[in-house]
Amino acid sequence: MSGEAHAEVHRHPAPTSFIRKYIFSVDHKVIGIQYILLALVAVLVGMTMSVLMRMNLSWPGTNWPILGTLFPGGAPDGMMTPEFYLSLVTMHGTIMVFFVLTTAPQGGFGNYFLPIQIGAEDMAFPYLNMLSFWVTLVGFIVILAAIFFSGAESTVGPIGGWTGYAPLSALGQIAGPGQGMGMNLWIISIAIFCVGSLLGALNFITTLLNMRTRGMSLMRMPLTCWAWFTTAVLALLSFPVLLGGGILLLLDRVAGTSFFIPGGLYISGLLSGADERFPIHTGGSPILWQHLFWFFGHPEVYIAILPGMGATSHILATFARKPVFGYRAMVFAIFAIGLLGFFVWGHHMFISGMSPYSAMTFSILTLSIGVPSAVKTFNWLGTLWGGRIRFTTAMLFAIGFVSLFVAGGITGLVLGQTSLDLPMHDTYFVTAHFHLVMGVASIFGMFAATYFWFPKMFGRMMNEKLGKIHFWITFVGVYCIFVPMHTMGIVGMPRRFAQFTEYEYLKSLHPLVVFVSIAAIATVLTQVLFYFNLFWSMFKGAKATDNPWEATTLEWNTASPPPHDNFAGVLPVVHRGPYEFAVPGAPNDFMMQTDPEPAEMPAGDGSGNGHNGHKH
Amino acid sequence: MATMVTSTKQLPRRKSGSGPKPPGSNGRSGKGNGHEGPFPSYDSTANRYRVGMWVGLASILMLFTALTSAYIVRAASSNDWKALPMPRILLLSTFVILLSSATLEFAKRKLKASLESGYRTWLLITTALGVGFLVSQLLAWRQLVGQGVYVASHPHSSFFYLLTATHGVHLLGGLLALIYLIVRTSRPLDERFQSKRLAAAGAVGIYWHFMDILWIYLFLLLFFWR
Repeated sequence: MSGEAHAEVHRHPAPTSFIRKYIFSVDHKVIGIQYILLALVAVLVGMTMSVLMRMNLSWPGTNWPILGTLFPGGAPDGMMTPEFYLSLVTMHGTIMVFFVLTTAPQGGFGNYFLPIQIGAEDMAFPYLNMLSFWVTLVGFIVILAAIFFSGAESTVGPIGGWTGYAPLSALGQIAGPGQGMGMNLWIISIAIFCVGSLLGALNFITTLLNMRTRGMSLMRMPLTCWAWFTTAVLALLSFPVLLGGGILLLLDRVAGTSFFIPGGLYISGLLSGADERFPIHTGGSPILWQHLFWFFGHPEVYIAILPGMGATSHILATFARKPVFGYRAMVFAIFAIGLLGFFVWGHHMFISGMSPYSAMTFSILTLSIGVPSAVKTFNWLGTLWGGRIRFTTAMLFAIGFVSLFVAGGITGLVLGQTSLDLPMHDTYFVTAHFHLVMGVASIFGMFAATYFWFPKMFGRMMNEKLGKIHFWITFVGVYCIFVPMHTMGIVGMPRRFAQFTEYEYLKSLHPLVVFVSIAAIATVLTQVLFYFNLFWSMFKGAKATDNPWEATTLEWNTASPPPHDNFAGVLPVVHRGPYEFAVPGAPNDFMMQTDPEPAEMPAGDGSGNGHNGHKH
Repeated sequence: MATMVTSTKQLPRRKSGSGPKPPGSNGRSGKGNGHEGPFPSYDSTANRYRVGMWVGLASILMLFTALTSAYIVRAASSNDWKALPMPRILLLSTFVILLSSATLEFAKRKLKASLESGYRTWLLITTALGVGFLVSQLLAWRQLVGQGVYVASHPHSSFFYLLTATHGVHLLGGLLALIYLIVRTSRPLDERFQSKRLAAAGAVGIYWHFMDILWIYLFLLLFFWR
């Protein structure tokens, strides 16, 4: 633990050596960028895998010589084996959920902007912060190792989906390809990731509770901070459960215990206990793993999307030049979503044979999440209503987030009902649902955040023209990918199948499958524009001023990029709420949080929450 | 990479408004966020350590909650559950860890009274008791191994080894923290340092007592829960 006594005008000198400054840095800004770079690398791996999967689904029987060269075991003669496909499913899901959707929104942008937005010089525990990134990076290296250690088994990693369902995942090598060392490494990687996330979450919560600058009351915090805080609470309480489950799973695999392995299993021609390769197991409960996993898994969905919601609220207000509609309601909606997220894990397990009474309880709780979600959606629309909207790229992505959140969330109401979930659970309908709402919507939130905060992070503007092309192709592209998947799901196309050539009733869907693949490949290629824009603008973009968007929150009070101690030794003092746009009588259409009360404002008007006191 | 972060140039003034200014009354009334009068300083080191510690304990608590629910479900899910005979030495473990909590409190009192050597002595005693607890746990394992009870023998033994090991690892963390406190006693004492030392000792105290209570809970769960 490290903590220095902070005097207000005392400056912390920036470290001078390259290693202390950019590699093992304790500066939350550098750590945030490190997290974002990690996510940028991980997302490339995950996207490549999704393209490989689409290719296998759309053009069965085609010979891809390059695959045969790279993976002689997994793709003999350039044709993917079903095992290869299933390991792609597993690794795509794991890498995307853990190393992209959890690291970029929270570890990346949260780390960079939470301390600045609350007016702190750094996180509460800077060394712990550094540790949490490096632990996460080790987790990523281990998951990559899982790809290569399974190479001899004709897979590119373990087979088990990102959920790693027992007993398949608990049995070890005898359960078939992809169940050997790769699965051990998968579990270890997840466990390491849990530890890294827990350290990060601890730091976020302590920072937010303890390090707010003068005048930064809780209800004056930007909604982004509320979102990161709630996300950290979710991570803090859900990751330990996954860690516990992971330890049990690993013990089942390496120590011969039977937490998740039931008795009397007959696998690969071996009966449990009747052969020395398959030691005796009795009495374990595979459903127990599902409970532990989904108790984590459902909050994880909100860990991915809440920061996107925060960024969207923030950006919509800034570019609609209006206060966030219903600030207080937004805060409580974030809390409600976070809280309810802990009581709905059972809806992932409707088909596990649970009691209809439990299913009904989970179903009702699940549907009730629609209420705070609708509150947020209508407040976003209310924020846009009558605003003088500036259609920057960041704004377009924020609006895109709202669109995708609605489109993906609405099918949540369908799947939340047991009777509808039972036939659709193992179809593409679920794939479409969670990709839209958890995957793409979260990523749109992060795109918006990137275009919005890039000037602050690097002191240069991103190219708006490239950004808008990127937005429109991506926006149309993701709908082209995921809307047809709903149809496929309703027809009954099962998830996780490597190919559908054997199924007569799915033949008519094949053109749709090809269409989705072409849309997916086009959308993935468009991301090259984003990467180019990002790295080109870092060095060649137009210089950014300190507050290019005329925004109100504290990060726009400091230089672009901010100095090592964020505010050059003088901590800002906050006088008002975070979204005071278009204040009547104010000289500009925005008032920074540090602006003192203007003399002509009648005393007692408004409580500074940014949620009332301004009539339009 | 050069453009990434941390230019140290002075902050330029914004066009509108005015940079950081001393607070003063902002002319607002009540409702919890109208800050009249002096702002309380939330971020003392003590506060930070204490809040961080409680937040960390919440996550440790969730880990053991998860393992407890697995324990209860596993015990009910099958008829292969055989109750483990309690190794008697666990009573000694329990006594030792309770004692160590008391000695840590004595240490903190000495620190508050600025009695440097007494603080150090009681810390050393606490550390010794902590090591004693771990040794006693290891002896309990040896006893069970001697009776032919291993991790994979039956579900109760699996949980016994798992829960004691997980608790032991966390306690080891507490021991490292105690050693850190002892090492720090070699530094000269001054006013500012005293408050930091109190903060660190306070946080370690919270952790250590939590480990103590956690062990009592696990002990009751493992051998008295039916």
